[in-house]
Amino acid sequence: MSDLEQMYQQVILDHAKVRHGSGLVTLDLPSVGESHQVNTTCGDDITVRVGLDDGKIASISWEGQGCSISQASASIVSELLEGADLRRADETMEAFIALMHHRGELLGDERDDLLDDATAFVGVGKYPARIKCALLSWVALRDAIARATVGTEGS
Amino acid sequence: MRAISDIRADFPILTRTVRNGKPLVYLDSAATSQRPQQVLDAVADFETHHNGAVQRGAHLLAEEATEAFEAARASVARLVNASEDREIVWTGNATAAINLVANGMANASAGVGGEESARFRVGPGDSIVVTQTEHHANFVPWQQLAARTGATLRWIEVDDLGHMRLDQLATVIDPTTKIVAFTHASNVTGLVTDVAPLVARAREVGALTFLDACQSVPHIPVDFQALDVDFAAFSGHKMLGPTGIGALWGRAALLDVLPPSLFGGGAIETVTLEETTWTAAPTRFEAGSQPVAQAVGMGAAAEYLMAMGMDQVAAHERRIAHILREGVSALPGVRLLGPVGDSEANDVLGLASVVVDGVHSHDVGQVLDDQGLAVRIGHHCNQPLHRRLGAQSSTRASAHVYTTEDEARLFVEILATVRPFFGMS
Repeated sequence: MSDLEQMYQQVILDHAKVRHGSGLVTLDLPSVGESHQVNTTCGDDITVRVGLDDGKIASISWEGQGCSISQASASIVSELLEGADLRRADETMEAFIALMHHRGELLGDERDDLLDDATAFVGVGKYPARIKCALLSWVALRDAIARATVGTEGS
Repeated sequence: MRAISDIRADFPILTRTVRNGKPLVYLDSAATSQRPQQVLDAVADFETHHNGAVQRGAHLLAEEATEAFEAARASVARLVNASEDREIVWTGNATAAINLVANGMANASAGVGGEESARFRVGPGDSIVVTQTEHHANFVPWQQLAARTGATLRWIEVDDLGHMRLDQLATVIDPTTKIVAFTHASNVTGLVTDVAPLVARAREVGALTFLDACQSVPHIPVDFQALDVDFAAFSGHKMLGPTGIGALWGRAALLDVLPPSLFGGGAIETVTLEETTWTAAPTRFEAGSQPVAQAVGMGAAAEYLMAMGMDQVAAHERRIAHILREGVSALPGVRLLGPVGDSEANDVLGLASVVVDGVHSHDVGQVLDDQGLAVRIGHHCNQPLHRRLGAQSSTRASAHVYTTEDEARLFVEILATVRPFFGMS
């Protein structure tokens, strides 16, 4: 498998088409947070909205435009972390950042299990310019959670 | 022109391999060009043998450094047919050159320079005109000047192919207009602007003109006197020179009364505790230590291009443009931004920006990179034009003197594999 094929694994191409969580959902929850992030390299952007309930991420939805890596990443993180408690979400986000900076290799420990389908992005680590694409939705999600936690809304 | 193989031998970087051991196919010259050995040598020779403080000091090195610095200015002045060498002001890059004039106008508007600088004042009731096809560097400084001074920013729109709507000149540019800033050649569509009608209309209402010549100076013959504009900006690194150096050209009579915006040593005539008076151009705008080696490199690049002949450079790149633009236009699911182009009504530079249906430019660029092709992806610092042309971003292949016809064909060939790679027919 070439580096290019390793980056564009089938699961990524599939998620780039199906886009789990795509389309912002109106939420009637006590803690809602939203974050808008822009990839200044290409002008791609994403808005992620989360709703928290009882220490868990009850809802993740997003809207944005971008390359297949950023779109698939938003889809996979939505699928992976909807329903997760905040601690697991935080650990998963840390693991994903670590994976992005692991030069195209899996982490080789329990964090790979935590990442599940998100390990498909392992190949992105070989292309430093693309790490931003993969991280965009994760950064937005983390910021949205922080905003929901302090009870502020907006971006 | 010299044989292309001979020209390529001047550019050492072209012999290296890139991703997967593929030979480098460099098609990103509109973003930054590569440097010939002659430029690299000029910079190294200066640093190795002649470095000294320019325009100060009484020793031999200071003299040699000053001579090299000013000789480079003369070379660049000759490339663009300035009427005097001092009409070339060194700036850190082209963006700095544009900001120099915009900030100078803001200072004039605040009263700096007094009556002498009154013609640069803008304020409420005045308008500043740009176009919809501007690079952010020739858009944001004017937008901000308007915001700071209370003037209104107006723009000339473009049509579906990216041509400036010259039919709007009479209404958009009016007696309230103080300056009209526009590009000489688009970094997205490659279209070369018909400068004359814009200048004529600006003159008619007494407005200044500012030309963004970043994409034209490196690729086609440019004569600022013949174009009859008032100011122009261009950069070293797009014309086979180093980064960290650019130039502002302006009419001497205007430069001498435009207030500076970077204050410091070297630019002053007399300093007292109460007030400061400035020198004439160019030193008026060259406060602080200058990028001397870079200026020397830009001068060497100007000499390199002039030795080749700008008409020859333009003819070569027009052939490349033809291959690129005809080629991509024939591909299914690929849209060229701008006209296919011919040498008459649609004069275009040697570049092609394309949108691949259903595939983001970042992904397109990655497939090309996998085959050793270096291209630009994204909005190329030009969001308003992309939006107007109905594209979020695009993939751009751009040529220079060293680009071969085979490289242009290879771009078209690899571009054809992009949609199939992502599972589209």
